[in-house]
Amino acid sequence: MTTARSRGLAGCHECGMVSRLPEAHGHYTCRRCGTALHFRKPNSLSRTWALLIASFILYVPANLLPITHTTSLGHTQSDTIMSGVLYFISHGDWPLALVIFTASVAVPFMKLVILTYLLISVQRGSTHRYRDRTRLYRITELVGRWSMVDVFVVTVLVALVQLGALANINAGWGAVYFGAVVVATMFAAESFDPRLIWEPLDNPHESAS
Amino acid sequence: MLTAGAKGTADGAIERPAPASSLPPALAACHECDQLNDVPALPPNGAARCCRCGGLLYRNPANCIEKSLALTLAAAFLFVVANVFPFMAFGTGANMVHTTLASGVVSLWQEGMVLLSILVFVTSILAPAIQIAGLLYVLYPLNAGRYPTGAEPIYRLVIGLGPWSMMEVFLLGILVSIVKLISMAEIIPGVALWAFGLLIITLAWANSTMEPRVIWMRVEELREAQRA
Repeated sequence: MTTARSRGLAGCHECGMVSRLPEAHGHYTCRRCGTALHFRKPNSLSRTWALLIASFILYVPANLLPITHTTSLGHTQSDTIMSGVLYFISHGDWPLALVIFTASVAVPFMKLVILTYLLISVQRGSTHRYRDRTRLYRITELVGRWSMVDVFVVTVLVALVQLGALANINAGWGAVYFGAVVVATMFAAESFDPRLIWEPLDNPHESAS
Repeated sequence: MLTAGAKGTADGAIERPAPASSLPPALAACHECDQLNDVPALPPNGAARCCRCGGLLYRNPANCIEKSLALTLAAAFLFVVANVFPFMAFGTGANMVHTTLASGVVSLWQEGMVLLSILVFVTSILAPAIQIAGLLYVLYPLNAGRYPTGAEPIYRLVIGLGPWSMMEVFLLGILVSIVKLISMAEIIPGVALWAFGLLIITLAWANSTMEPRVIWMRVEELREAQRA
């Protein structure tokens, strides 16, 4: 097995062209598309950790604070993400409850857990199930965006439900924190470099840095 | 203007000789595990996968640039319709609220939820708009055999915005909202909602015919030809 780096080569992550990098820490750009070239994403582990810890912190108010305030005939009701799911369950709307639960509760939580697991396994130089861990990363990267669905639901509700005294919906701070979690986890996934997973296999005599 | 562009594309396809459709053999480093792969010539509609981790290296969608341009033109038209016309009316009797896609952004802003408003604006309107405009700028000349000046930073931006363009997630959000509101009052779907649905399908289709590697190779080829 030969990796690009062991030959002093790096593949451009935009256009795929493989170029030779004479020095590990020099600044090089791809001659086809002009993208900066690196053997690995710079400071991948510390960046991903920073964004992940931020996501964990933001995750708490995102779930505890209300995402909407509904005022109807002088009576105000505040809903969190979880109470939105419970609302659909209590109305017997299981498919929709499942969609919202998956997108807003399960996906963000699984994303945090998976990224934490990947970071720890890379730092310990784990030699287990390279392919499966790569696949986990790929899934995390793909599904993260769907968590935004609740932010969009709030947006549509706020825009539509402006019926004066009859019914009014306003956004709550939970929605802001929730949006921040989605953004931070998307950046975290983007800054993680899956090639690090394979390094124990590439250089069996070195420990992962 | 959009119709004229689409016509030009179709005519061009008939006049030009069939383009060489196989991708030449190439060395490819896997994005996911850094494995070097010696990829043989790739036939149309073929895909190359990494021999170690199974990750997708690149594809060769048949008539990539032509199809992508046609679908992007369609998407541009649908995007305008989806944003200009109301997508839903909600209320009872005389008290109907008409909303466009942008009115949610405006309401959030007026409520003081500025960050949220910006986030929704960027992910549902700005990023898709830049992507569609950027793609037209790059693909239209490429398809006509000309090098688009400044194509490199523009196409890099288009690709970089990919994860932040969330119109299909927005559509799911609209559908969930409809179910939430259906018991409260009357809902009338507008023209924009149908345009929006078609837009999502068009963009998904465009995505499946678009391969950055093929587009970059064409950009490079025409850039070198212009220099020579």
